[in-house]
Amino acid sequence: MSRAFTRDDVAKVASLARLELSEAELDGYASQLGRILDYVEILDTLDTENVEPMAHAVALANVFRPDEPGTSLSREEALANAPSSDGRYFLVPPILGEV
Amino acid sequence: MDISHATAGDLLAGLDDGSLTSVAIVESCLARIAAENERIGAFLSVDGENALAQAAAIDRRRAAGEPLGPLAGLPVAIKDNLCATGQLATCASRMLSNFRPPYDAHVIERLKAADAVLLGRTNMDEFAMGSSTENSAFQLTRNPWNIERSPGGSSGGSAAAVASGMVPLALGSDTGGSIRQPAAFCGVVGMKPTYGRVSRYGLVAFASSLDQIGPFANDVAGAARLLDAIAGHDPRDATCVNRPATECARRLDEPLSGLKVGVVAEHFIRGLHPDVRSAVETALDVYRDLGAEVIDIHLPHSKYGVAAYYLVAPSEASSNLARYDGVHYGHRAAKFENLLDMYSRTRGEGFGPEVKRRIMLGTYALSAGYYDAYYLKALKVRRLIHDDYAAAFAQVDVIAAPVAPTPPFKIGELIDDPLAMYLSDVYTLGANLAGIPGISIPAGFSRDGLPIGLQLLGPAFSEERLLRAARMFEQATEWRRRRPGDEPSMTRRR
Repeated sequence: MSRAFTRDDVAKVASLARLELSEAELDGYASQLGRILDYVEILDTLDTENVEPMAHAVALANVFRPDEPGTSLSREEALANAPSSDGRYFLVPPILGEV
Repeated sequence: MDISHATAGDLLAGLDDGSLTSVAIVESCLARIAAENERIGAFLSVDGENALAQAAAIDRRRAAGEPLGPLAGLPVAIKDNLCATGQLATCASRMLSNFRPPYDAHVIERLKAADAVLLGRTNMDEFAMGSSTENSAFQLTRNPWNIERSPGGSSGGSAAAVASGMVPLALGSDTGGSIRQPAAFCGVVGMKPTYGRVSRYGLVAFASSLDQIGPFANDVAGAARLLDAIAGHDPRDATCVNRPATECARRLDEPLSGLKVGVVAEHFIRGLHPDVRSAVETALDVYRDLGAEVIDIHLPHSKYGVAAYYLVAPSEASSNLARYDGVHYGHRAAKFENLLDMYSRTRGEGFGPEVKRRIMLGTYALSAGYYDAYYLKALKVRRLIHDDYAAAFAQVDVIAAPVAPTPPFKIGELIDDPLAMYLSDVYTLGANLAGIPGISIPAGFSRDGLPIGLQLLGPAFSEERLLRAARMFEQATEWRRRRPGDEPSMTRRR
């Protein structure tokens, strides 16, 4: 998996992550992420062919709760932190006809 | 009694026998904060009026003979990534600078039920990403032992608050060492419980399979009491295990007989500062003197820990932090051209450099074509690291280890070298990958008079024994009695 991490790579990943980066950030992250990715290549020296991946520290499966109705936030509480709201909905810019 | 450095146990005894009131304790904390916080920068916000009102209410209930919770009247500081209704929870990020959660975290509910006094909110690395608290968007926190030095991180504010006598107890969160390393740097006790021991409900998520909330205190008993108050099952966190709450404080002073302490050959590597090495070796002698058997063990995959962790944690972070899109809460860019542009500008403006770096790293590790090579590979190595610990705990009860490879580094020393900063987590992040509990306790001082911690690790759900093992060490040593500003002549005393 070794290869240089270019400025274009950074721009592509930033676009996937929905992160606007400045020109200076693109350059900085190219070299920093390149160094970090070089470092993690140490993992390639390990044979993990027959190792089960471990996504979680505690093996728990099918954790259910009783299916009982509970209380939820009021509309007012839910909207209280909204950057833009009309008191009924979260407001976002138009999403149809563009993007 | 010098309230400002008194232990939780001493304060509770004073409250019990009537020689202290909660109002007096809170006033002492507030005075200390007023005198020291500008220099140390431990707290982001303190609501003194509210804290005094909570204290007065508890004093009245005590006077009326009403039953009180186990932490009744004790002030506790809260890391700024824990939600409390109506109080700012900024995570030290511009993204959440105005965020007031509409609900209490499970641990906040538990503290309220324990009749603790919520004193204020402590500084941290933005979204708990960092090892120095320098990644806070709002302020620097300085090490109370030497203000040129970092308090560690990411829970640096909580550690510095306890170390400087501003508060006897504090909560932090630990994803790769964020409680234990600042505890070591600031000369206090800090514990990461077993994954699943404490509900993460209301903890702002960084890396959900690694995050765990835990206590800071100025002695082991304080940490045990605070853990007992916050641990226990909560169905709102599906990973919170259904076990009875811990009772770590009850038998804390009973020494463990036949204790087997493991020492890991792979820990004594190049890069381990001689003063830290010597403190750990001295600590092993203390355990030998206490009748413990010190056994050489191996964690053969420990050298892969940093690489595995810095793929797993950023991958989870990139997923968790996708929620900050400027729609439901948090920052939204003022100017944008369309919805996508709103997301990108909002996130570009709201996140600081380290958070962006980790989102980028995680997004890359999870992206098409790289998932198997990076993320999946890291999860497999995580299994090997977990199995190393399981094999070790078949031989020993606890592992004694360094917390950080060096004494507290200088503010600014590592901040421009992210990889070097990541490597400083080498001794702590294994516990998060494996899900096991770990504690940092004061174990000496460097030649420069800076605190050094001893880390003890135990198998999953062994908190009671781990704390008792820590308490044995604390009782046999004088390290925790030294305070910032004391004469350095005490530095070599054991």
